[in-house]
Amino acid sequence: MAEAQNIPVGSTTAGTIAVAAESTVATRMSAPPSFDVADFPVPHGREEEWRFTPLERLRGLHDGTAEAGGVLTVEVTAPEGVTVETVDRSDARIGRAGTPVDRVAAQAYSSFEKASVVSVPKEAVLTEPIRIAVHGEGGTAYGHQVVELGAFAEAVVVIDHTGDAVLAANVDFVLGDGAKLTVVSVQDWDDTAVHVSQHNALVGRDASFKSVVVTFGGDLVRLSPLVQYAGTGGEAELFGLYFTDAGQHQEHRLLVDHNTPHCKSNVAYKGALQGDGAHAVWIGDVLIQAAAEGTDTYELNRNLVLTDGARVDSVPNLEIETGEIVGAGHASATGRFDDEQLFYLMSRGIRAEEARRLVVRGFFAELVQQIGLPDVEERLLAKIDAELEASV
Amino acid sequence: MATLEIRDLHVSVEADNSTKEILKGVDLTVKQGETHAIMGPNGSGKSTLAYSIAGHPKYTITSGTVTLDGEDVLEMSVDERARAGMFLAMQYPVEVPGVSVSNFLRTSATAIRGEAPKLRTWVKEVKTAMETLQMDPAFAERNVNEGFSGGEKKRHEILQLELLKPKIAILDETDSGLDVDALRQVSEGVNRVHASGEVGTLLITHYTRILRYIKPDFVHVFAKGKIVASGGPELADELEAEGYEKYTKGGVTA
Ligand SMILES: Nc1ncnc2c1ncn2[C@@H]1O[C@H](COP(=O)(O)OP(=O)(O)OP(=O)(O)O)[C@@H](O)[C@H]1O
Ligand SMILES: [Mg+2]
Repeated sequence: MAEAQNIPVGSTTAGTIAVAAESTVATRMSAPPSFDVADFPVPHGREEEWRFTPLERLRGLHDGTAEAGGVLTVEVTAPEGVTVETVDRSDARIGRAGTPVDRVAAQAYSSFEKASVVSVPKEAVLTEPIRIAVHGEGGTAYGHQVVELGAFAEAVVVIDHTGDAVLAANVDFVLGDGAKLTVVSVQDWDDTAVHVSQHNALVGRDASFKSVVVTFGGDLVRLSPLVQYAGTGGEAELFGLYFTDAGQHQEHRLLVDHNTPHCKSNVAYKGALQGDGAHAVWIGDVLIQAAAEGTDTYELNRNLVLTDGARVDSVPNLEIETGEIVGAGHASATGRFDDEQLFYLMSRGIRAEEARRLVVRGFFAELVQQIGLPDVEERLLAKIDAELEASV
Repeated sequence: MATLEIRDLHVSVEADNSTKEILKGVDLTVKQGETHAIMGPNGSGKSTLAYSIAGHPKYTITSGTVTLDGEDVLEMSVDERARAGMFLAMQYPVEVPGVSVSNFLRTSATAIRGEAPKLRTWVKEVKTAMETLQMDPAFAERNVNEGFSGGEKKRHEILQLELLKPKIAILDETDSGLDVDALRQVSEGVNRVHASGEVGTLLITHYTRILRYIKPDFVHVFAKGKIVASGGPELADELEAEGYEKYTKGGVTA
């Protein structure tokens, strides 16, 4: 059921499956989820949820010293039939998909001024994606984005993050019954950007949520996808890939909260790292609550370390409060691309850079092929190629 | 005609902060179309010779020369050597996670041939080569050497030999770990490549068994870091009957 292997390359892979009477995911948090930043103590770095994050690089997002005033544009392009609104904090549609789980998310929630709400009416099946282009021109910003799908609606949302920013945000995805939503979130920031964001999905009855998180850029990116179910029969697939370069900190902290019976979740994140000080963190918390009978869940994280000096921390954590489940498992492994592999490929005439690219592309392609949406897959592979062309 | 010339090659490795000389003056000439068998006991330096010619970074050439048609091989990077026409079938082929066999083969064929092979003929070429080596087509989609059995790894090496068509092929114990059927299929592969007349083969082996299938023109005995005796196929028969003892006991001169 569980597999945790580790090739030590300055990495840790700790895996646990706890059969718990009470959730330790909850007890590990320094405060219960809350919309109010005042409910969270200022982290000092030793807390479970902050111990991997270099606080000094958060530019004050965590301790209240970061002041909004930056330039950040959010441009939404949506096909006909979709409503795009900019609303006040008081709008009832905000904050329904999940509650901030850490201080920075709460800070974002306490500080944003206007939110953007994108609504797809019930039964609308979009043939074109909704595009949300988030572009920073420097400075600090707090944001809130809502994407709502009515019952049986189907949509693909592509969120692109580019430029430079210190951004803390929450994104809500609310899926009506039987709705199908695919979200591709690409973090293609400049090397100076800081991006801390919580992605909340509330999956309706028989709805399916697919998330594809792609993190290439930024000085520090810390994303916390949270999935909860509003009814039985919901499905969530969370895919992620990251390419962590020298000096970058990229952290993905997932929490799938099986709070409802007969729901599924499947998590697969893969990362490649290269260069001094490249640091990737992956936390996969899956909680199967006592009520969530018939749950089927699997989570996987794989890392490929291309050079010395990079570090991976990978922590899958599965908590099961009911024995009446269909399946639950996790796997985490960190391997390295070493000199022997390089020699082998080069001895077949392949140049060193191409050998590296070949390995990384193949490693990611395996994941991309699981997404099941040809145009998204194609775009991603092209993106990976461009990233590899530029950096490997 | 392509010629590989190895002259007075000395090679050492760094081990535990000390330098250890492994090759102590190897002389050998291999011409296109010829098959040379190098036979020697464990630890005599056969793989070191193979890796040094291929350019493995672990081995330091302290003196001597290796040339291919007069070009200095030792000056070339590992990939340049391969593109110049050298091929090493490794004793222990390396697993490469994330890279499928089909992608790997195509990428290396593109590198060696200088252009991407035409897709349609390529697919057929690979399929045919795999069939003759009795490799399941499913291998094309697996990651390079990952989870392959010893025999499967060796077949995969010979598959590459057939597709890349080098001028000089060094086969390092391609026979070890193979059962009789696999040995025959792999040998047939080597013989097919040889039959083209365009490859010079350096067959490194510990056992005479493979020489029932592959007929060498020359046999060399390798001991303590150099070639200590050279002859025709009859030398292999002598080794079969008497073993390496005569060559490994001190005081032997080449
Ligand atoms: N990287 C290395 N570090 C230390 N010693 C090495 C290294 N590579 C080879 N050697 C040593 O050099 C000697 C020759 O090794 P080599 O692998 O070339 O022998 P071989 O003839 O191929 O043996 P076999 O028949 O077992 O394959 C051995 O004593 C071996 O331990
Ligand atoms: Mg050897």
